[in-house]
Amino acid sequence: MPKSKSAYSIPTKKQKPDTYIFVVWVDNEAGVLARVVGLFSGRGYNIESLAVAEVDAVKNISRITIVTTGTLQVIDQIRLQLTKLVPVHKVAEFKREDKDVIFKEMALFKVVGKRNKIEKCLNACKKFNPVILDETKTSAVIQITALRREIDKMNKKLKPLGLISTSRTGAVAMTRGAKIFN
Amino acid sequence: MPKLLTGAEIVFKCLEDQKVEHIFGYPGGAVLPIYDELKNHPSIKHILVRHEQGAGHAAEGYARSSGKPGVVLVTSGPGATNVVTALTDAYMDSVPLVCISGQVPTHLIGTDAFQECDTTGITRPCTKHNWLVKDINDLSKVIHEAFKVATTGRPGPVLIDIPKDIQFAKTKYKKPNKEKKLNGKSHNKFSQDQIDELVKLLSKAKKPIIYSGGGVINSGPKASQALREFVELTGFPITSTLQGLGAYPGDDNQFLGMLGMHGTYEANNAMHDCDLLINIGARFDDRITGKIDEFSPNSKKVHIDIDPSSINKIIKVDLAIVGDVVSVISKINKTISKRKNGHRKSNKSNIAKWWEQIEKWREKDSLNFVNSDESIKPQHAVQRLYELTKNKDTYVTTEVGQHQMWAAQHYKFNKPNRWMTSGGLGTMGYGLPAAVGVQIAHPEKLVIDIAGEASVLMTMQEMSTAVQYNLPIKIFILNNQYMGMVRQWQELLHEKNYSESYSEALPDFMKMAEAYGCKGIKADNPDDLDDKIQEMIDYDGPVIFDCHVDPNENCFPMIPSGKPHNQMILGPNDQKENKIKGKGKALV
Repeated sequence: MPKSKSAYSIPTKKQKPDTYIFVVWVDNEAGVLARVVGLFSGRGYNIESLAVAEVDAVKNISRITIVTTGTLQVIDQIRLQLTKLVPVHKVAEFKREDKDVIFKEMALFKVVGKRNKIEKCLNACKKFNPVILDETKTSAVIQITALRREIDKMNKKLKPLGLISTSRTGAVAMTRGAKIFN
Repeated sequence: MPKLLTGAEIVFKCLEDQKVEHIFGYPGGAVLPIYDELKNHPSIKHILVRHEQGAGHAAEGYARSSGKPGVVLVTSGPGATNVVTALTDAYMDSVPLVCISGQVPTHLIGTDAFQECDTTGITRPCTKHNWLVKDINDLSKVIHEAFKVATTGRPGPVLIDIPKDIQFAKTKYKKPNKEKKLNGKSHNKFSQDQIDELVKLLSKAKKPIIYSGGGVINSGPKASQALREFVELTGFPITSTLQGLGAYPGDDNQFLGMLGMHGTYEANNAMHDCDLLINIGARFDDRITGKIDEFSPNSKKVHIDIDPSSINKIIKVDLAIVGDVVSVISKINKTISKRKNGHRKSNKSNIAKWWEQIEKWREKDSLNFVNSDESIKPQHAVQRLYELTKNKDTYVTTEVGQHQMWAAQHYKFNKPNRWMTSGGLGTMGYGLPAAVGVQIAHPEKLVIDIAGEASVLMTMQEMSTAVQYNLPIKIFILNNQYMGMVRQWQELLHEKNYSESYSEALPDFMKMAEAYGCKGIKADNPDDLDDKIQEMIDYDGPVIFDCHVDPNENCFPMIPSGKPHNQMILGPNDQKENKIKGKGKALV
């Protein structure tokens, strides 16, 4: 083994990371998103996607949904560190594979081309509740809701059919059935 | 209708209601309304520092030695950025600080105004929480909440940024709300079942060790008392982190000394070989654990901590008890006492062999050093300082480096809150201003900053504060003309390439003392050392003690990083035996 020349230890074996979704209820106040995001960047955690908006105007509560990857130990830390923040009320997390949770992203596709190409695009999006938000003779804006990897796939598939611009949200999540996040 | 108060008046109203007696600060444009109001509040004394970092460290020293939150008052821009080091230091070492900073008027925020900076943005990662008060009606509520956040749970620094127009604006004052719960974040979540499980582990253990940390100190003097009872009840050996020193008497036989990178041979080997490890209020810092994969490989691990995020952060534990140390330990003691009959007998005989093993490790005398008649050895200087001050209730602060480790190894603390050092952040320049704060909190006590010549120069300007307020702090400089710890690492790990670690052009500390208007004492001969230390202690006023020590001394024992606890480098007396590496050494 080479001699350590550092005042710090050398990193040792790492576990395999998994993808998790965090749902965080926070006071909707100035700087709260910076606190949450700063915690992730400051401690070297990863953010794959982020969605945030106020969900209760009376109680002034915003709901933040964060998709992240990490080992079980890191995921535990993220939950505990988030819980420590003063404006954070509640934190829930679950694995992306969790069958009891619905997990959706929305995308807007702008397609430019002849009518038949736009039709083809719509057809390709059929499974993902396509809605036409804007239409001209040579263009269309199509909205779909789907999983991240499905949107990734559609993004690739529509390129040759005249897709010129994509805009997408982060994931939002909700449990199935009558129960809510603890 | 109640009287309307200005923001500045409200600041002082809040401080009075929070029973604040001292604030450490430095005036400037954006806090002038608050400074203007100071004269109307005689119960609050302002200590004028010479640099805002000094205000922060002084407040830390004040807080750690008294258990009360330290209060800092600085101006916007450079005032706020200068205090960032101290806030980060307090955050790492869990010291309750409330920092009030001025800000440019609200209508100028975001315009790059004179002395404007994004104070809440800059301090967000180094405070528990911070607030920018944009509405005068929020001010009293925010200040009271700030004190609550700083002092409850795991303590830490908070910052309140108050724009200048808010300091002038008027509103009604609101008293602190007594019952208000902090966002549902409670801190004592442990159950009797967990305590029972721990007591079961205690009775089964054959090779137990208690590893206590700064959390015991932060939990208050009663926690130290409970810890002592716990150690007495169980008969277990106890070791402590740097921050935990003083929670358990340093001269007691059950105390194995400090553990970790510069900890004792017996403490580190006991940590490695134990079968039950009880962590009380410590956080498995990397200076403590060494190589994680080989950290205490065969033990059941118990972690008692008030901060849930400390649990399983670095070391996975078998039993976690989240709660305030004083409540947890008191509960354990009660539970043990209830079933004392069976427990006392069985357990102490269980661990007799373990104590035999520990005594064998102790015989190594790992803190020993080769003393000299010609030059003062730094360890000897600390030992003499300890012997000559141990009968007084002495408060010790340190800077960061070799002298800090020597102080931790050779100065024995018997009471909590007597030892103030920068552990987590390792801030050179901490000790002198911290001593100022300690002396403010304890005007009649002997306060010594065990310093290095390089560290002390970073905040030397605070001597002027000490002289202004006639604070008789003693700055005991172990002067080896090197950044000693840097030099030591370079000697051991970088082929003696002493890159930039020699302090050229050091000032004459005697003349410096004279310039500041305090007393200077210089010692370079071991024969005069005792007399000179006595002279320092007897002098009624601040002293700079320039103790010239052997520049080549290294701090041993030492665990090289990336190594487990049982692979320590011992001092020169053991260098020969030291060639036995790895497994062979574990058998010694």
